[in-house]
This record gives sequence, C-alpha cells and structure tokens, in this order.
Amino acid sequence: MRSARQQPFRTAVLILVWGWLLFLVFTPNLLVVGASVMTRDPGTFISLPLNLDAYRQLLNPLYLEVFLHSLYMAAMTTLICLLIGYPFAWSLSKVARQHQVLLIFLLIVPFWTNSLVRTYALKLILATNGLLNSALMSLGLIEEPLQMLYTEGAVIIGLVYLLLPFMILPLYAVFDDLRDDLLRASHDLGAGRFSTFIHVIVPLTLPGVLAGVMLVLLPAMGLFFVPDILGGSRNLLVGNVIKNQFLDARNWPFGAAASIVLTLAMAFLMFAHRLSKRRIGEEGV
Amino acid sequence: MTTASDLSCHGLVRRFGRQSAVDHISLDVPAGTFFSILGPSGCGKTTLLRLLAGFDKPDAGDIHIRGQRMNDVPPNRRPVNMVFQHLALFPTMSVGDNIAYGLKRRKVASAERNKRVAKVLEQVGLPGLEHRNPQELSGGQRQRVALARCLVLEPTLLLLDEPLGALDLKLREQMKIELKHLQKQFGTTFVYITHDQSEAMVMSDQVAVMKNGRFDQVAPPEDLYREPATPFVAGFVGDNNQLVGEVVSVRDNLAEIRLEDGEVVRGRVASGGVKAGGRAELYVRPESLVLTGDALNEGYSAMQARVRTTLFDGANSRVEAAKGDQPVYARLPQDGSAPRLTTDGIIRLAWDPMLARVFAAGNP
Repeated sequence: MRSARQQPFRTAVLILVWGWLLFLVFTPNLLVVGASVMTRDPGTFISLPLNLDAYRQLLNPLYLEVFLHSLYMAAMTTLICLLIGYPFAWSLSKVARQHQVLLIFLLIVPFWTNSLVRTYALKLILATNGLLNSALMSLGLIEEPLQMLYTEGAVIIGLVYLLLPFMILPLYAVFDDLRDDLLRASHDLGAGRFSTFIHVIVPLTLPGVLAGVMLVLLPAMGLFFVPDILGGSRNLLVGNVIKNQFLDARNWPFGAAASIVLTLAMAFLMFAHRLSKRRIGEEGV
Repeated sequence: MTTASDLSCHGLVRRFGRQSAVDHISLDVPAGTFFSILGPSGCGKTTLLRLLAGFDKPDAGDIHIRGQRMNDVPPNRRPVNMVFQHLALFPTMSVGDNIAYGLKRRKVASAERNKRVAKVLEQVGLPGLEHRNPQELSGGQRQRVALARCLVLEPTLLLLDEPLGALDLKLREQMKIELKHLQKQFGTTFVYITHDQSEAMVMSDQVAVMKNGRFDQVAPPEDLYREPATPFVAGFVGDNNQLVGEVVSVRDNLAEIRLEDGEVVRGRVASGGVKAGGRAELYVRPESLVLTGDALNEGYSAMQARVRTTLFDGANSRVEAAKGDQPVYARLPQDGSAPRLTTDGIIRLAWDPMLARVFAAGNP
C-alpha cells in the first residue's frame, strides 16, 4: 500500500498541515487566550499580572447592551437568511440538474467582488439620494426620501446580503440528499403535507439549518465593516467592539476576552451541529 | 363487484408521452392472497404499484379496494401501505417511532400505541427493539421494521416494491420464506412486485407475469411453470431451452418440428396458430431432459447435441450443450446415472413430449 516513494510526500503533507495549524491556528488562539487574562498596559499593550478583569468588564451593562444588540441584529439576520434560504434551497434541489449547476454558480459569482466594495454599493442604493429613494419618489410612492441608511435595518440588509449564500449552500446540500421515498412513505403512512413537513422534512434538514446558522450567526456578529459603512454610530456589532479595543482603545485584554466569548459560542454551535448529524447517521439509510 | 376481492382493477392505463407504461390492465386479488407481479425492469410494474398506492393517477380505468373506488383518494387516505424498495425508514426516528408514525397520524392514544408497537415487533420477531435506531439494525432486521411499520396499521392491502433486492443472497432466501409466513400469519393481502422469478414463485399464491405494460398470464406459480401461456412466460419463469424450427405435422395436440439441422422433435401445442409449414418455438425445461445412451423410453422425443461444458453445482449441476448455435441446458443427475461427458462429445437428449411446449413463432 505505502510504497517508499509515497512516504516522503505523505510526510511533507502532514508537516504542512500540522505546521499550518500550529502557527496559524493554535498559536494565535493561544496568544488571544493569553492576552485576555493579562492586564492592560499603555506602553506594551499587555503585561502581568494575570487576572480575569477583562471578562468581568464584559459584564459591564454598557458592553452587555452592545453585545445583546449585536446578538439581536445577528439573530434577525440569521432568521431572515433562514426564511429566504430554506425555500430557496428546497426549490433549487427540485429544478433540473443542469440548471442547478448554473444557479449555484450564480449564487457564488458575487464572491468574486470584495465584500467591502459590495457594501459600498449597497450604501449607494440605500442613501438618502440613493437609487431606492429616487426610484420610490419617481414612482410617486413617497414624497420625501426615507431614512434608510444608518439604521439598524440597513445593517441587517447588509448582513443578509453578504451572508445569504452561506445559509443556502448547506441547506441545498441537505435538500439534495432528501430522498423522495421518505416523503412518499410519510404520505403513505397517513401524514398530510404539513405533518410530513414537521415530522420528516424538518428533522432531516436540521443539520443543514444548524450548519447555515453557524455560518451566518457568528460572522454576522463579527463583520464590523458593515455597521461602519451602513450603520452609523449606534448599531455596533461585537466585531466593532473587538476592533475598537485593539485598534482605537488599545485595550487588548478586553478585545481578546470578547473574541474568546465569540469563539466559545461558535464551538457550542459546532457541537450542536455534530450531535444533530450523528442522530441521522452517516449512511442515512 | 365481488366482496371477496380486496383489490380489483379494471382497464388501468397510464401513459408517459406516447408510451403506455400500464396498458389496459385488469386484475382481481382475492382477500388474504399473496399476489406477485413479475416482470423485467421497464415492464411497467413499478408504475402499476404507484397507481395502487396513489402516488400516481391512472389515465383511464378504475381501482377498487374492497369495493370502494380509489381513483381520487390520496395515498394518506387509502387503506393501503407500501414497503419501499429501499425501505425508506425515517433515519431521525427510533424503530418504535417509525412504527408508531402511522398510528400517531391516526391520533391513537399513546398507551394503546405503545402496546400495538410492542405487539407488532414481537410478531415480526424483533421484540423489545423500540428504542434502537434503524441504522443500528442489520439489513434483515430493517426489512422487518419496514414491514411492521405498515402492518401495525392493519391495511387492507400491503404493497411491496422489490424490498429484498438490497439483501445478500443468503438473507434473501431466508426472507422469502419469512415473508410468506408473515403474510399467512397476518392474513393481509400482499401485492408484491419483483423481477426475480424465484421470489415470485416461492412466495406467491398468484403471479401475474407482466411485459410491456400488459399481463401475459395470471396464474398460480405451478401453472406458470407447467402451462406457460406465452413464449415470454415460458422463457422468463424458470429456466427453459428454446428450439426453433418448422412444423412438420400436428396430430393429437402434438407437434412435430424439424430443426435447422434436420432432426425432428416433438412437443405439446400450447398456442393457436401452430400448423404444418409454419415456424414454431419449442420450449423444454433442463429438468425434463434426460441424458440417454441408446435406450429410449417409449414415446420420448430425442435429439443430438454437442457438449460444450459441464456446470457443476451440486444438485443443480447441468450440462451446457449446443444444438446448432443454440445453447441447450440439461440437468446432470449426481447419483451416478449420468454418462461421462467429454467436451465436443455428442450426447442424446430425450424428453417426454407432453412436458415440452410448442408456440407458433412470432406469436405474442
């Protein structure tokens, strides 16, 4: 099986992967963990002694409010993505194969443009004298321009726009695996459409939903440039807090603690996702 | 409408484009029967089953179940359940929940539900497996869960769509027998579709042989074997040798046929249109052929053939010979009565003409 010639290649690949993980994943994360338990220092950014002040500071009502507001916007974004993405992915799995490829391709094309640029484009649409307002006014639907930019809504629209594909793709994967026989079996055993949806389709697509939530919810708390461009000063994300602590306030321990909390939330979601997948089993019978 | 039949179809038609997948099929399945529909893939048997289950609607004809017209009844309201080809057990549910699924949809109270699930699991030989996941079970066990999931609902009719196809050979043999016992035990009417003639023969009370959307013959397995109504049935059900030639004479229902190499063989006429001068096909089963030296039983028909090879398989051992370019198989008894065979040696094969069937060639 393992010929002598394959052995060096194998070793090289393993070293590359482990090196990558060690220097670009484990080490930075350990540094962040370390920073989060150290003390703020105006000169060297961080210094001893070790303490949990940064985590205590997270419980400060001011930051708690920012965190909850951020969570709220991320949750709304996720919900909207799910409400659009679920039927979208379902219909996508129903169209003819060759069209599916094209539609998925179209879904991915926007990624070729930098998301910062796309967010600025969205700003042009939502601005007071922007495309949307001009269109609505020339149609006579409104008389004065609406304040759309620099609102919570604008931030959510921006996040949904950037993150929707991340919801659709995992959902498409589970719908693509969903066998018609299971739906027929449910129907055959006496279930109506609604019953089949609740008892068969939802549980079977749950891993896709969780994967989608995972890919949308956490990035939605971290994409700091979206509120920077579309949200004004009041609609901050956890990502903005972290960025500000590192770059502006120079409070590294606090920024590090905030990002650790985000990471832990991510880990929890991944754990839930694994559980749901194991329930369904690898082969899916 | 006789009350004795659980399923009765009349003039069923289902077309896809210009093709008729189901072409004017009528059938009548008496209560408590094991009814098989046997045919090669693409003969329309799956389409027929889908019509019966209600997943598809016929373009013409009627389906009655216990005298009730079913054409416009959706699958979830039909007294019919189906065991799917790949079983379609819900992977997100335990064995117990899979079986209780239909009962829950009927709003059966939970105490009663648990009792019935436990009882049916016992009946299919899987007592106490309620809390397992279907993925943890073996192929044969999953099969039984799929059966139990349907039988717990006490359907008038149970449809089975080649459910044994995914099992390995040994398990399949075992499940064949088991299925037949379960059917007798529950007394439910089974409609079973398969392309495997052995499955159909072993299990069924009645077999319908289907070809190109039509039934060639509907009969008990023994009759299909002994009295095939068409050349297709003769060739499809059980092994058979086919010999083609020209009819020399027809007398007392026995036809004499001259084969291409000039030899004349005899068999019983099985269809209309066999007359002197016409072409005919003679079918004779490998197990009807006797290897003879010189002695010939009186009244037997015989011919010569060239040995190609012997196929040793214990009690099913056969010799493969050639008549012209047509292969001919004959049973090779393993009791020492068979002569020694050499490749390319000439053997004499004899048979009772009453066991051979002659059809007019080109007759459907």
